[in-house]
Amino acid sequence: MEQTNRKVFVGNYHELPERIGKTVILEDKELAIFKLANGEVRAIENRCPHKGGVLAEGMVSGEHVFCPLHDWKINMKSGLVEAPDEGCVQTYEILKEHDQVYVLVPARVINS
Amino acid sequence: MEKKKLVLIGNGMAGVRTIEEILKLLPDQFDITVFGKEPYPNYNRIQLSKVLQGDTELSDITLNEWQWYEDHNIRLYPGETVTSIDKANQIIYTDKGKQTPYDQLIIATGSNPFMLPLPGIEKEGVTAFRDIQDCEEMITASRQYKRAAVIGGGLLGLEAARGLLNLGMEVDVIHIADYLMERQLDRTAGKLLQEELEKQGMNFLLEKQTTKILGKKRVTGLQFKDGNKIMADLVVMAVGIKPNVQLAMESGIQVNKGIIVNDHMQTNVPNIYAVGECAEHNEMVYGLVAPLYEQGQALAKHICGMNHQGYKGSVLSTQLKVSGVNVFSTGIINETEQTKTIKLFDEWRNTYKKILIQQDKLVGAVLFGDTKEGTKLLSLIKKKAMVNEYLESTQTQDKDESVVASMSDEEVICGCNGVSKGTIVNAIKNQGLKTVEEVKGCTNASRSCGTCKSLVADLLTYTLGDDYQSEEKETICACTDLTRDEVIAEIKQKNLTHTREVMNVLGWKSEEGCSKCKPALNYYLGMIHPKEYEDERESRFVNERLHANIQKDGTYSVVPRMYGGVTNAADLRKIADVAEKYDVGMIKLTGGQRIDLLGVKKEDLPHVWDDLGMPSGYAYGKSIRTVKTCVGSEFCRFGTQDSTGMGIQLEKKFEGLNTPHKVKMGVSACPRNCAESGIKDVGVVGLDGIWEIYVGGNGGTDLRKAELLVKVKTEDEVLEYTAAFLQYYRENARYLERTSHYVERVGLEHIKEVVMDEESRKTLNERMEEALNVYQEPWNQVLENETILKDLYEKVVAK
Repeated sequence: MEQTNRKVFVGNYHELPERIGKTVILEDKELAIFKLANGEVRAIENRCPHKGGVLAEGMVSGEHVFCPLHDWKINMKSGLVEAPDEGCVQTYEILKEHDQVYVLVPARVINS
Repeated sequence: MEKKKLVLIGNGMAGVRTIEEILKLLPDQFDITVFGKEPYPNYNRIQLSKVLQGDTELSDITLNEWQWYEDHNIRLYPGETVTSIDKANQIIYTDKGKQTPYDQLIIATGSNPFMLPLPGIEKEGVTAFRDIQDCEEMITASRQYKRAAVIGGGLLGLEAARGLLNLGMEVDVIHIADYLMERQLDRTAGKLLQEELEKQGMNFLLEKQTTKILGKKRVTGLQFKDGNKIMADLVVMAVGIKPNVQLAMESGIQVNKGIIVNDHMQTNVPNIYAVGECAEHNEMVYGLVAPLYEQGQALAKHICGMNHQGYKGSVLSTQLKVSGVNVFSTGIINETEQTKTIKLFDEWRNTYKKILIQQDKLVGAVLFGDTKEGTKLLSLIKKKAMVNEYLESTQTQDKDESVVASMSDEEVICGCNGVSKGTIVNAIKNQGLKTVEEVKGCTNASRSCGTCKSLVADLLTYTLGDDYQSEEKETICACTDLTRDEVIAEIKQKNLTHTREVMNVLGWKSEEGCSKCKPALNYYLGMIHPKEYEDERESRFVNERLHANIQKDGTYSVVPRMYGGVTNAADLRKIADVAEKYDVGMIKLTGGQRIDLLGVKKEDLPHVWDDLGMPSGYAYGKSIRTVKTCVGSEFCRFGTQDSTGMGIQLEKKFEGLNTPHKVKMGVSACPRNCAESGIKDVGVVGLDGIWEIYVGGNGGTDLRKAELLVKVKTEDEVLEYTAAFLQYYRENARYLERTSHYVERVGLEHIKEVVMDEESRKTLNERMEEALNVYQEPWNQVLENETILKDLYEKVVAK
């Protein structure tokens, strides 16, 4: 089955705070959007695999975010939890058109 | 421009130190060549006795490794002797046929041991005590032979004798005078020294003149003028040194006892200098390291063309490097008709002190047993201080305190290298030095004779407090190898102004730090530059960024300020209304006597605050939390003081103050202590007419009883002492270190000393005011700032 992606507008690039997460509510899901120090934007599921902590409130360091509940360290690019902890979060692709930032979400996120 | 050719003859302590000084003044200006007779890099000759005594390895006494010469592009020819100097053409020749031209030539050929011209001197087993080779010969001999005789009861002879004892030999010391070290000690000290060394197992033959060395091929004994003989299968000649002037003499340079030099260490031949033991300045030839280094400094300045008054001679001091024996002397050691003395002889402790005074000025001192005052006396005598200055300094000196505390910053700690207390303390502070080794590396202190090591260690303790004890380096986090103190010193020194700058400049291993170092650096920067520093939201943990306490489900709790735990009907009504309006999950009283509204959504936080119209209760921060109070004298029949009033004052003064970790306070009005002041970071207990301030208590993870800091009379004093304590804690604790751990670590006594001192209490209060002045109520700040509201509290609803 071919997966179809949908473009979801999450905000203007210049309005995204740097190195601080932004919570995006998409239907019944929450995403955490981050503008990194290097200018890139990342989007991950706003839910730590450990105890469901809201990652958008985590401290950002480079490509990583530290969960505010128990300090798990998560790579925002790969979605992987850094050792010694284990797990992963869903990551989403970002599309930047001029100043507009979009997240590409699979259609089924919307449908399911 | 072509570099000047600088040639050094003699790869020893004086010559190489001169080169070091030159490199410090003008790096890269000279093309340097060094010739050394011995096949080693520059080593610390003074430490040879320690090698012999087994306290140090040969490998540990190297002062300049081969690499050092390489790093500074110095051509070193070890094991090569310069045989002649062509003064006219400015070229030197070596025993290996090398010719090297020079623009400037330094002769630092040191001295040779003086060997008594006794019959039998050439026999096997007769050695001097001067270099590594001699040292090795003695060590080898000790494996095979039993009885050693040391000729000479001076400094070197005694050090050699102690070494031979350590090597398991029986040792006789033969001395021509009637007491030991007669050139450095008076008779009393000399006799005390003899007793002490006899206890250590040395045998002394005083007033003996050796006339013959006995034996066939190898030495078997000594014969004296009085006809007596002793057996010996190793003879160490330690009767003195003579300047090594042969090369200079042969080259037609003016020589007396040593090579004659002026204040700039110039010989009578242009562009040729002499420094160290081979040089004679003002009819003095020095054999101790401190003067040689002073000469080196003067010479370096001259060669580099710096304005310098030159070398003016040295005041000598002596310390014997024999374990278990402390001897010190400087200046004039024997009484004359013009001198008066202060003498203290403590037979019980076996200590002796004699200070000589001439025309009310200190001119000399001899110490035995306890030599801690040596450094101080030396510096006083050097500057020809009046006797009163010394007497005053002894009176103010606390008995338990290390002698370093009472020294002025100018006082010299390391006499060998002329390093003052101030230089060492600054280096410790500014460069974050933690060990004697690091101080040595940075300042040269204790690098030569090593006798000031204990003073350097005292200075580390004095400067760093108990931090010095911790051998293991506690770094801030895995992102750096630096400790908290090192980072703070760097921030101050380099005036770093934001976290990423700190990380960049100090070589953080991770680009942007981690959840440990980011908030720590943010705190330190704010603490150091309270006015200038702009707090970094992104370096704050969520609670402190959002000014609310995150809960497990991503909602928040709101605790409005309620000074001293005292509220009123209007506030309670507002709280009740807000709780209903925002459908608060739970209303709960906190441990700190506040009302907690739990389960508030992030996006609702600003509205909740707006409706409450109360300041933030700071229940979430590494900051001053709450001041818990009991009812107090206003209502309570036992209360002796107005605890609620005091608590409210404390809370109003310190609210919102950032601290290394959370700070909880309590004020009770009597010893029943209903506000639990005994387990608070700062706990105040009111008694009749008195307030007691306790600090370092903890009712949490590590239950700890608070300790009494001070008793004061007035409420103002409570505020003043509390401010001093808190500011000192803010400035010195590690981030995330509660007061309980901090007080435990540095000790209450130390904190007391600081806080009780009027001057330091005053300056701590001033800095506290600065920190408090920048405080802005955060909830209101958020409500007034559209950007913060949007960036931090709004969620995006995507479609």
